[in-house]
Amino acid sequence: MFETISIASIVMLPLLGFVLLALFGRKYIRRFSGILGTLLMLASTVFALYTAWHYFFVMGPVNGAYQTLLPLQFNWLEFSPGLSIDMGLLLDPLSVMMLVVVTVVSLMVHLFSIAYMRGEERYPTYFAHLSLFTFSMLGLVLSTNIFQIYIFWELVGVSSFLLIGFYFDKPSAVAASKKAFIVTRFADLGFLIGILILSFQSGTLDFTTLIQRLTSPEGNEFKNAISSSFIGVSALTWGLVLVFIGGAGKSAMFPLHIWLPDAMEGPTPVSALIHAATMVVAGVYLVARLFPVFSVSSPAMDLITYVGIFSALFAAIIACTQTDIKRVLAYSTMSQIGFMMFSLGSSGYGDEAGLGYTASMFHLFTHAMFKALLFLGAGAVIHYVHSIEMKDMGGLRRLMPVTHLCFLIGCMAIAGVPLLSGFFSKEEILLAAYQSNKAVYWVALFTSGLTAFYMFRLYFSIFWNKNYLSHSSDQHHGEGGALVLLPLIILAVGAAGAGYIPFGKYVSSDGRPLETEFHLLFSIAPVSFALVGILLAFWLYKNKNERPEAIAATFKGLYHAAYRKFYIDELYLFITKKIVFPLIGRPSAWFDKNIVDGLVNATGNSTQWISAKIKGLQSGKVQEYAIYFLAGVIGLLFVFLYVIK
Amino acid sequence: METPGLYHILFISTALFFIGAYGFFTRRNLITMLMSIELILNSVNLNFIAFNKYVWPAKLDGVFFTIFIIAIAAAEAAVAIAIIINLYRSHKSIDVEKAEEMKY
Amino acid sequence: MTASTIIFYLLAAITLGSALLAVTTRQIFRAAIFLLFTLIGIAGFYFWLHYEFIAAVQIVVYVGGIVVLIIFSIFLTQQSGEELPKQRWSRTLFAALAAFCGFALILTQLINHPFPSANAQAGSPIVTEASVANIGEQLLNIEQNGMALPFEVISILLLAAMIGCIVIAMRQAPIDNENKPAA
Repeated sequence: MFETISIASIVMLPLLGFVLLALFGRKYIRRFSGILGTLLMLASTVFALYTAWHYFFVMGPVNGAYQTLLPLQFNWLEFSPGLSIDMGLLLDPLSVMMLVVVTVVSLMVHLFSIAYMRGEERYPTYFAHLSLFTFSMLGLVLSTNIFQIYIFWELVGVSSFLLIGFYFDKPSAVAASKKAFIVTRFADLGFLIGILILSFQSGTLDFTTLIQRLTSPEGNEFKNAISSSFIGVSALTWGLVLVFIGGAGKSAMFPLHIWLPDAMEGPTPVSALIHAATMVVAGVYLVARLFPVFSVSSPAMDLITYVGIFSALFAAIIACTQTDIKRVLAYSTMSQIGFMMFSLGSSGYGDEAGLGYTASMFHLFTHAMFKALLFLGAGAVIHYVHSIEMKDMGGLRRLMPVTHLCFLIGCMAIAGVPLLSGFFSKEEILLAAYQSNKAVYWVALFTSGLTAFYMFRLYFSIFWNKNYLSHSSDQHHGEGGALVLLPLIILAVGAAGAGYIPFGKYVSSDGRPLETEFHLLFSIAPVSFALVGILLAFWLYKNKNERPEAIAATFKGLYHAAYRKFYIDELYLFITKKIVFPLIGRPSAWFDKNIVDGLVNATGNSTQWISAKIKGLQSGKVQEYAIYFLAGVIGLLFVFLYVIK
Repeated sequence: METPGLYHILFISTALFFIGAYGFFTRRNLITMLMSIELILNSVNLNFIAFNKYVWPAKLDGVFFTIFIIAIAAAEAAVAIAIIINLYRSHKSIDVEKAEEMKY
Repeated sequence: MTASTIIFYLLAAITLGSALLAVTTRQIFRAAIFLLFTLIGIAGFYFWLHYEFIAAVQIVVYVGGIVVLIIFSIFLTQQSGEELPKQRWSRTLFAALAAFCGFALILTQLINHPFPSANAQAGSPIVTEASVANIGEQLLNIEQNGMALPFEVISILLLAAMIGCIVIAMRQAPIDNENKPAA
């Protein structure tokens, strides 16, 4: 019982925070809102850590595999016996790991925001939205039912919309929030259709039952799903591909990635929480949750792999040219998620073959740490410099020492410098890729080199390069108080040390602990690529010089295309404005206005016309009344004499 | 040709009734409408007298009805003229098409 | 072809013809005169039916009273020389249609209905002659078959009609002049 309450309170405490802050924040709680939100979040984190410790260590694996627990489940909406939307909490290694990630990162962001957002007029609203987001994300990872996950999916999208558009008087922020919501909503259409297909084929919406029915080869549902096909692809694959499309939208995979860079219009802690560590990994989480079913359909797995690796490479190239530091980090997020995706795509199921799964989840865990760290650090820098462009920064290492050190740790982690967490997780991904698909391995290797390059380009441009020209209007407020630095330090410790967790022992594709080995020789290749990248960045950016411009001039076309993000946004605008609106939108609008509305209006108008005619009977003229009278009498007489005998 | 009997007079009274009705519907002048009403009343009188003579010759009820109807018709014509004069004062015309205050 | 028959058809022609002309003519004075002829024709019918008293009453009251009243009101309310405006043809059509249908229906019913005709009975039935004495006796009789009560009611009605006419037609007293301030 205690367990149920403590697990439920992980989810409910942020919800409570949202309700209190939304209803009473502006008027009563005001400046205390940050502390209230953070305290509730702290309680939630403590419960989450306790649950994780209890699950992994006290309970441990039973019969060699970790149990899937359902501490809470109730039937919410029943369509037919056996097909119902339940609401509940699901505990298995994947969701417990996600609990830890979400709560810890959210707590760090809350702490950071107390100081960062001080002075903001809508301070309580901000914390209310943060609590709403945390609640939605926690509900998402604890979902037992594919429809429940869809509900929380949409909730997360709404929270993201609210937070991206937090500065709603900036038109660019409003546009960005709309873009994010519309693109992810569009992807969710695919998700919904996928849900319908999968639940139709398996006859249930519950995760465990669905997975079990669609993966047992003797079962009727499985045979049905494989055999019924549409345009040559089986129904099962269609369902999975559509579900993946939903996940790809949320995780900013190509071509649904366009919203992520623009989402940087929101406050920086928001970017740290949502667009780095938690919401964007929801797509990866979804694929991991349905992994047993995905692994049955190799077309779906291939799609995931290719989309993942392409997004990773694509984003890495673009990140090399961007000058807004948040956008560099956004593209880096897209690239890292691409890594997680292709690692899942190229993984098998069970024991040794499931290395890709474990590697992907491990990378998710470490990425949350160092990406949140990088974003919060960037936030501290932006706050200090009052600008987001790299050209306004430089030489900040002396002015912001703690931030500098933490940021450096984060960059080294993401680049894969040995001994830090990113090294271990990336090495495992590359190992899994090498074992399944050599072509993907080589591209991934090149991309990780690019990663090291652009991250250190960013690092050197901010903290070295030229000297920061402080404006006369700055009264220097120093680096930032304890509340700003503490989260950075905690996350830096996490980024450095998380690599030493033997992740395979806890999270693996089939729940059985997986022993992962460390291959020293194998790691020579990634480390050398990373080193080349770092040295190149050092050579180009440590001291201000002309070499970057010279290189950009040589590759003019490619540079320009990468700088303009390969014109994907323009392509979307073209398609919507030139094709969708005139050819589909306008005729539909015409149809709706003239025919559908016309029919309804016609009933109204004809009623009015008839009533006007009837009204005309009351003309006020005695003679007309007399005619009606006599005609009526004659008519009645006729009826009674001849018609009714 | 047979001697005119009940049915002939009934024909005349019915025709007179409906001629009066037609005049009532068609005339635009209030006074001519009053004249049409007088025609109707007279047709009814003729009817009563005819029935009294041919069907109930032993009684005089038809005669009395007729007398009463004549008296009432006179009173009613007087009141109607008074109303017409009143209407003429307010509308300056006795065109019945103009008196449509009871319109919707 | 007795004289009685000829007179009957003549009277019928006068009555119906005048009635038709009364309701269709465009000149109001002529309508009044045609009404006059119609009423005289009706009186003629009463004479033909040997109900002289009623005929006399008809001429005195209707022709001498009501038609005169109507002519006076014509003088009071408009220039009698002017032509009446014509009614629109849809009204004329529908009215004629309604009147004709009604006429046909009633007539059909009447002709097919076998009224118990006293003349067809054998022997001579009792006939009460409608002489003035008989009418007067029954009119003021308070016993059975007496019409004293309706007689009194009619007289009250006539009184009420008289008072009513005076009230309705009375010119309103000039109240406005008394209330207006000196201006």
